[in-house]
Amino acid sequence: MRKIRLAVWKFASCDGCQLSLLDCEEELLPLSEAVEVAYFLEASRRVEKGPYHISLVEGSITTPHDVERIKRIRRASRYLIAIGACATAGGIQALRNLRDVEEFTSLVYARPEYIDTLKDSTPVSHHVKVDLELRGCPINKHQLLYVLISLLNGRTPSIPSHSLCLECKMKDNVCVMVSEGVPCMGPVTHGGCGAICPSYRRGCYGCYGPSETVNMESLGRWWIERYGMEREELVRRLRTFNIEGALAPFARSFEGEGA
Amino acid sequence: MRIKVGNLARVEGEGGIYVRVKGGKVQEVRLNIFEPPRFFEAFLRGRRFDEAPDITARICGICPVAYQMSSSHAMEDLLGVKVGGGLRTLRRLIYCGEWIESHALHVFLLHAPDFLGYQSAMEMAGDHRDVVEKGLNLKRIGNALVALVGGREIHPVNLRVGGFYRVPGKEELRGILEDLKRGRDLAVEMVRWASTLPFPDLERDYEFVALSHPDEYPMNEGRIVSNKGLDIDVRDYDDHFVEEQVPHSTALHSRLKERGHYLVGPLARFNLNFERLRPIAREIAREVGLVPPCRNPFLSIVVRTIEILHAFDEAVGIVEGYEEPGEASIEFEVREGTGYGCTEAPRGILYHRYTIDGRGIIRDAKIVPPTSQNQGVMEEDLRKFVEMNLHMAEEELTFRSEQTIRNYDPCISCSTHLLKVEIRRD
Repeated sequence: MRKIRLAVWKFASCDGCQLSLLDCEEELLPLSEAVEVAYFLEASRRVEKGPYHISLVEGSITTPHDVERIKRIRRASRYLIAIGACATAGGIQALRNLRDVEEFTSLVYARPEYIDTLKDSTPVSHHVKVDLELRGCPINKHQLLYVLISLLNGRTPSIPSHSLCLECKMKDNVCVMVSEGVPCMGPVTHGGCGAICPSYRRGCYGCYGPSETVNMESLGRWWIERYGMEREELVRRLRTFNIEGALAPFARSFEGEGA
Repeated sequence: MRIKVGNLARVEGEGGIYVRVKGGKVQEVRLNIFEPPRFFEAFLRGRRFDEAPDITARICGICPVAYQMSSSHAMEDLLGVKVGGGLRTLRRLIYCGEWIESHALHVFLLHAPDFLGYQSAMEMAGDHRDVVEKGLNLKRIGNALVALVGGREIHPVNLRVGGFYRVPGKEELRGILEDLKRGRDLAVEMVRWASTLPFPDLERDYEFVALSHPDEYPMNEGRIVSNKGLDIDVRDYDDHFVEEQVPHSTALHSRLKERGHYLVGPLARFNLNFERLRPIAREIAREVGLVPPCRNPFLSIVVRTIEILHAFDEAVGIVEGYEEPGEASIEFEVREGTGYGCTEAPRGILYHRYTIDGRGIIRDAKIVPPTSQNQGVMEEDLRKFVEMNLHMAEEELTFRSEQTIRNYDPCISCSTHLLKVEIRRD
């Protein structure tokens, strides 16, 4: 039987999500024997042409060249998985979408004419059909392994979309919001990380993006009315690593109220 | 002849190499970096000071702790906060974890295949399974340490301006002690192994730049010093270093105003701070015959294993002597001003500067990652290496050129902007 051919691609990102695969220290060698690693530039010089059974795509689309590249990758891939907040929601670099990119370029680069970039940083799904999204900044490597093992065994992976609160309860964490008044995005945030922040007595900051149904209106009111949070800060909290998503309209509406 | 590597593999981020040779002379050398720019310095403006550690961590998934450290130190400098005692020690502990995971990733998965002639560590494991497994084990323990103190390996959540959100309990930390001790033994073995690799010849008279601290091998603080007379406070960084933009790179190139290109990272730290390595790391370095001055960049793989050993030994010491600090963080009042921070990321010094207003909003940010600083010496090394080895067949020369660049463990994502090798003989 032919081995499953795996490819790993990078767009605008920090490399952290593809690193998650190399961070599977105990599973990496068995996995590399079970599949054919046909393209994974961060780990190997070997470059094999497609088609690929599975493509993992990290990063957001930010240049005209990358718009074309993601289309070629889609054509060469049977199952395309967008991994991480950049690939699924534009990433932290989507903060540019709210501002003037020319102004940004000239702030960082003395000679902006050398820099070729698009106005917006966008998720992969804005350009091609995506078969599965793994959320998180970064993704949870155990979720990634689960997805790969499912696909290797001919099963369709299913990723739960409950909110972070459920994971907190499963860990027996004391709620940081109820007990300490710490603003926490848990109620509106997609689970998957295992409720890390509340386990460290910190409010969730939403790096997995919004859960399936969010009542941010209510949570935002609570923060403003009970905790005295300024609207400006609330809006900032909604615009971090998952800007292009279900929280965007809430960010705009709270921002509008402040104006 | 042209040596051209369109997309350099086994580095973090996107870049390439281009070398043009004519009449037996190298005409042009370029480290092309085309990683799409992400504009961190620009969008930090308007964010609040305490968001900087989490936001700048996203510059690099391999060394997020370094970004969290440099940004926190810069903010603390600005706010007049001093994080000392047990909290400072805990910061060193998580930094030890990052040095171990980042160095082990580079030594065993990215660089060792160059020395032994493989395309990847996965292929190398076919003949050298024992070494790859041991390397992965070192990396696993480093990651476990970062996750224990920081909450997770990539983009830890527990570090903040002023300290931590929650400090680990004594028993919680003790849980990793046996693993750290095993890691230290394995690290000794791996320094010896690395010293037996075949090292190509190349020596240059570098200016090495690193932090230096009177009592410890530098991580979180110290003066910025060099082997050519530089000895400055972190606050004076901008008086001595400049960044330039070149057309073939989305990363800015750094230079010392007085003397030009310089080298940061493990080789610089080792040469400038050898006497402050933990005794066991010094002893094993001497045993394998590696003492300063070391000017062959290919030996950096051995230096990384020595730093892994150092970090394990220091981590063992910290965990054994750990007492839970009374407070997880230091309280402070927000005030306007400009702050400076510089810490030793695994790849070298990482400089941050911020200006904030009275409400704590960032008005200006400057970040200089190690890979931007090393671009100049990387290109010069490549030029000299190709000149010395023009007799090689093109395939071999291309392979070795990539290895030359990988000596620096370039993090192209960090330099905001990677690698592709191209050698051209006209």
